[in-house]
Amino acid sequence: MLNTLKATVGTLALSAGLTTMALADDLSGTLRIISDMSNPAPRAVMEGLAAGFDEQHPGLTVELEVVDREAWKSQIRNALTANPPDVVNWYAANRMGPYVRAGLFEDISDMYASGDLPGLDSVKGAMTMDGKQWGVPYTYYQWGIYYREDIFKELGLSEPTTFEEEMANCQKIIDSGRKCYTIGSKFLWTAGGWFDYLNMRTNGFDFHMQLARGEVEWTDDRVRETFANWRKLIDMGAFIDDHQTYSWQEALPFMLKGEAAAYLMGNFVVPHLREAGLGDDQIDFYQFPKIADVAMGEDAPTDTFHIAANAQNKAAARAFLQYVTSPDVQSKINAADALGQLPVNANASVGDDEFLQQGFEMLSNNATGGIAQFFDRDFPAEMAALAMEGLQEFMVFPDNLDDILNRLESARGRIYK
Amino acid sequence: MATAHDDMSWVRRNRMTLTPLLFLAPGVLFFLAYVIIPILQSFNISLYDWDGLGQATYVGLDNYRELATDRAFEISLWNNVKWLVLYLLAIPAGLLIALFLNQTIVGIRLYKSLFFFPFVISQVVVGLVFSWFYLPREGLLNAVLGVVGMDPINVLGDPTLATYGIIAAGLWPQTAYCMILYLTGLNAVDPEQIEAGRLDGAKGWRMLWHVILPQLKPATFIAFVVTIIGALRSFDLISIMTNGGPFGSTRVLSFYMFEKALSEYGFRMGYGSAIAVVLFLIMLVFIGYFLWSMYQDEKAARH
Repeated sequence: MLNTLKATVGTLALSAGLTTMALADDLSGTLRIISDMSNPAPRAVMEGLAAGFDEQHPGLTVELEVVDREAWKSQIRNALTANPPDVVNWYAANRMGPYVRAGLFEDISDMYASGDLPGLDSVKGAMTMDGKQWGVPYTYYQWGIYYREDIFKELGLSEPTTFEEEMANCQKIIDSGRKCYTIGSKFLWTAGGWFDYLNMRTNGFDFHMQLARGEVEWTDDRVRETFANWRKLIDMGAFIDDHQTYSWQEALPFMLKGEAAAYLMGNFVVPHLREAGLGDDQIDFYQFPKIADVAMGEDAPTDTFHIAANAQNKAAARAFLQYVTSPDVQSKINAADALGQLPVNANASVGDDEFLQQGFEMLSNNATGGIAQFFDRDFPAEMAALAMEGLQEFMVFPDNLDDILNRLESARGRIYK
Repeated sequence: MATAHDDMSWVRRNRMTLTPLLFLAPGVLFFLAYVIIPILQSFNISLYDWDGLGQATYVGLDNYRELATDRAFEISLWNNVKWLVLYLLAIPAGLLIALFLNQTIVGIRLYKSLFFFPFVISQVVVGLVFSWFYLPREGLLNAVLGVVGMDPINVLGDPTLATYGIIAAGLWPQTAYCMILYLTGLNAVDPEQIEAGRLDGAKGWRMLWHVILPQLKPATFIAFVVTIIGALRSFDLISIMTNGGPFGSTRVLSFYMFEKALSEYGFRMGYGSAIAVVLFLIMLVFIGYFLWSMYQDEKAARH
């Protein structure tokens, strides 16, 4: 009962052994899934998920369509309105907003309430909007500072825990003729990551979220303080030159060649570093250091599955969400040899990989401030686009700060009505 | 019987009118459906605040008022002007190369194809090649500047230079296009007139200006049209080379419209439509001029 789209998949058969869930076996008809997991490894995972679910339910046909991840960001609108599929991929938190408000995502609060989704309590918040839950997460990953362990050793540096140590380290790195951080800000969002961390460390998670919700002025002194901290790094020449010309991948060679010592990035950077030939003794990870005495907040973007409000086969769609979030499936799809990210179910096991283990440890024990999604997922889309442009401008021309903040403040007045 | 006869005679009587109308109908229908109606829809949508999904709210001219105070819009508009003016350099450059190549020596066909080559490759490739050329450290441009002892520059990362850098990339294929237009035009230059000019003692610039150029007027007109259109369609180069950056300094109206209405962070359909309307009005000036001048030519030809 498997259509040709995924007939080729045999690698990751998340197969029939899963009996932990009480799945209704009376599922029938067709389950249509549109997924944006188009990169090679995620694609194999998604195809395995569809195949595994299909195998469990003899009466059901699973039809999977994988679309390009970037293209999906604009295609989802058409997909949900005209002839909608049953299940789609999307992102947590504010990014759900337009579809929740337009009534295109199915409200699945009852599944959380009735205990159909055990082990998801800690991630429920990211799926909540207007007091209801609109989907399930299937994976998330930590952000942090990935650095060249060998360069740190050579210079006798240790992982910093405070901003003073961070800057002292950075000064030594600069004195050795290197840059502290590589970054490619051509597509802007990388600068958003820096702002997230500097603002969460300077003013705390709650303040950061207030800013995201439009409740604080951009010209507020606390925001300026964040930029003042950022400026310290910029003025000492911590970032590579001409970063506005590079994409985030084009900025990787600086770290690979040892011209820059570290990269503030999501965990998805690790496979790139490894494929380029850096061994595990050359790369390591540390949490963004403390600045002010506030609880640490972390960025951990979450990717999700949702049921379309106009889905044809909601029974099967709900069963699929249960299947995807069950502990066994979660352990398998997030393992180091699959997605290589963190499982969302508390009962699942974290992949055997030093970065996954460190990230999980950090998010479980040392992110007491709260978990943010990411700059462009927490701020409304339009505000995020304008703000990230301003952040990039600040990184190139720090003196333009007043102009940038005034511009963002007037945009705030218009965007949050 | 009588009615049938009348019908036939009505068709027959109006055959001269009906036939062209029938032939025109499919074209006109498609033109209406895909060009005219969407233009009117854009005008309409530009009066609404609409995210493309939910309910559209009527906001009157608010979108246009916002445009008037939007600095990103102002920058895009100025960049459009820069494109329109500087892109026209392709016409004299194309003429120069065409004159240079318009001779009969061995292998001239090969040289002509080589000069025409940039127009054959896709704009995306042109954009990529030039962004490598401009790369701040490895780029060829900075290598050359280094040889002559100048400091390296980051053309695409500098908000004051980036637009000019992209226009220069665009001029490369556009010059080739104008060159081909002029080469064809030069084939049609009347040798007798040149002979007559020579007898009267004209050569060099005077020959070019008074004898050759007037005969190239149709080619110049077409070159002008395609260059203006090309300048207004500069979307792909910008998207490839800078993605509108650094901090929005290389956007043009079409790119800004795309960002506001259709990109990842956009979906302000009303605002995007308002930008589209402004762009349409600018184009209308040129389209109007072209139509008028073609009409004048045809009128002159009929006399």
